[in-house]
Amino acid sequence: MRPTLPAMITHRPLSGKARLDDAGARGFARLAPPIPLFALQPLLGHIVTTIAGRHPELIARLGDNCRKRFLIDPHNLPFFLLLQPDPDRPRLKAYGRARDIEHDVHISGTFLTLLRMIDGQSDSDALFFNRDLTITGDTEAVVALRNALDNMDVTLADDVAACFGPLSRPVRAVIDLTFKFASPKP
Amino acid sequence: MTQLFKPELVCPAGTPAGLRTAVDAGADAVYCGFQGPTNARNFPGLNFTVAEMAGAVSYAHDHGAKVLAAINSFPTAGRTELWKEAIDEAVSIGVDAVIVADIGMTQYLSKAHPGQRIHLSVQAGASSPEAINFYCRRFDIKRVVLPRILTVAEIKQVHDEIGCEIEAFVFGNIGMMAEGRCALTNYVTGQSTNMDGVCSPASHVHYEEDEDRNLKTRLGEFAIDCIACGEHAGYPTICKGRYNVSHKQEYYAFEEPVSLNLTRLLPDLMRAGVTALKIEGRQRSRAYVKAVVSAFRQAVDAYSEGGEPDISNLLALTEGSRETQGAFRSKTWR
Ligand code: SF4
Repeated sequence: MRPTLPAMITHRPLSGKARLDDAGARGFARLAPPIPLFALQPLLGHIVTTIAGRHPELIARLGDNCRKRFLIDPHNLPFFLLLQPDPDRPRLKAYGRARDIEHDVHISGTFLTLLRMIDGQSDSDALFFNRDLTITGDTEAVVALRNALDNMDVTLADDVAACFGPLSRPVRAVIDLTFKFASPKP
Repeated sequence: MTQLFKPELVCPAGTPAGLRTAVDAGADAVYCGFQGPTNARNFPGLNFTVAEMAGAVSYAHDHGAKVLAAINSFPTAGRTELWKEAIDEAVSIGVDAVIVADIGMTQYLSKAHPGQRIHLSVQAGASSPEAINFYCRRFDIKRVVLPRILTVAEIKQVHDEIGCEIEAFVFGNIGMMAEGRCALTNYVTGQSTNMDGVCSPASHVHYEEDEDRNLKTRLGEFAIDCIACGEHAGYPTICKGRYNVSHKQEYYAFEEPVSLNLTRLLPDLMRAGVTALKIEGRQRSRAYVKAVVSAFRQAVDAYSEGGEPDISNLLALTEGSRETQGAFRSKTWR
């Protein structure tokens, strides 16, 4: 056996390097004008409240893990998202990369990889095997989240688009375009 | 090529949405389990409530597919009621077969629910005609899921000597331990693959990635692999870890991260008399289920009509991006 080390969960230092390394994400970034984070927060709050309200089965599958803090790190965008899918107080907030943010799980990949995963288009195990997706922290919580998301017939990307009200169709179209112009992934 | 008997395609589902995906992609039968330790994929957020299983049976039957309920872990003393309740619920819901491994639960199922179709799980580890015929005689099992330790020639020999159907794995995760016998996870975490239904429980798995993107995997207190930047990762199981042993450093001492892929052997398996082909992966996503089930649907249909399918598109979904034919081709596959 290899050397035995004490079990520990580390919160790895977060890289602030923006890497616009795929065409789809670049396209999306071009379409989306720079928005100050404070202007983003009400929309994010609306998105997470809507999703938690619409999908009680998602929260049920998470069990106690719904109280965990998931740090989502699209490493070609200039901010992190912190998700806490607690049904009593669902939270989704954007943070600048300079901040050190307390979390239980850290999920990182390109914006497009993460979007494909929540849209149910990619197999997250294959993304992990291919090292497109990195996970550190509470593995049980992230496995529960992955399985809960995978049980949704309607994808979260649809729900996110729906939160834009009359703009929902153009937003969904932008998401679809992003997929179309990006290279195929498993 | 001559036409071959078309076997049943048995596909995995970890969630109700996964089941619908498998059925829509062409599964003849879908196997799934209840939440909790009664089946061998007891992962957080995975599996079915009783109500979800009932809904799944309706959906599958409406689309001409079967549902096979996996109740295939081994109860310990004092916990058997949970397994018996799961069996009773599955039967009352109207599943097409119950997959069991524990000999006591097999006895319970055959006595409490005579007439219910019984499949003997791979976890039972029955590989000889004598062992399988014992289950046929005593419990009237209709199908055995063979352990992944036999060559195709041996499967043919078993087929000729037993009184039930054969189901064989054709794709997915493969470990080198005989099923139902592995105690590696139990040794490290205190939780048992066979009795708690989970190999490498997620609560004991920790990943750490350094600044150079080297990924260290730990199970409990043990570092089981360190994957360099750019290298493919595998499942965090002890059997796929790398270790420093006396003659080699960083050595895959048990098995390399590879997936079973028997697409090229399908005609041989069909000729050997295999009734059902099984795809592993109840823990995998709907995207995986859709891709693999669709590919196997095409492959089975093409082979049974005497054609040659294109089977090149599954490698990206395999563990470590590598595949093997395991013991099915040769006992010395490493
Ligand atoms: S450690 Fe490997 S061989 Fe043992 S149960 Fe887990 S996957 Fe199977």
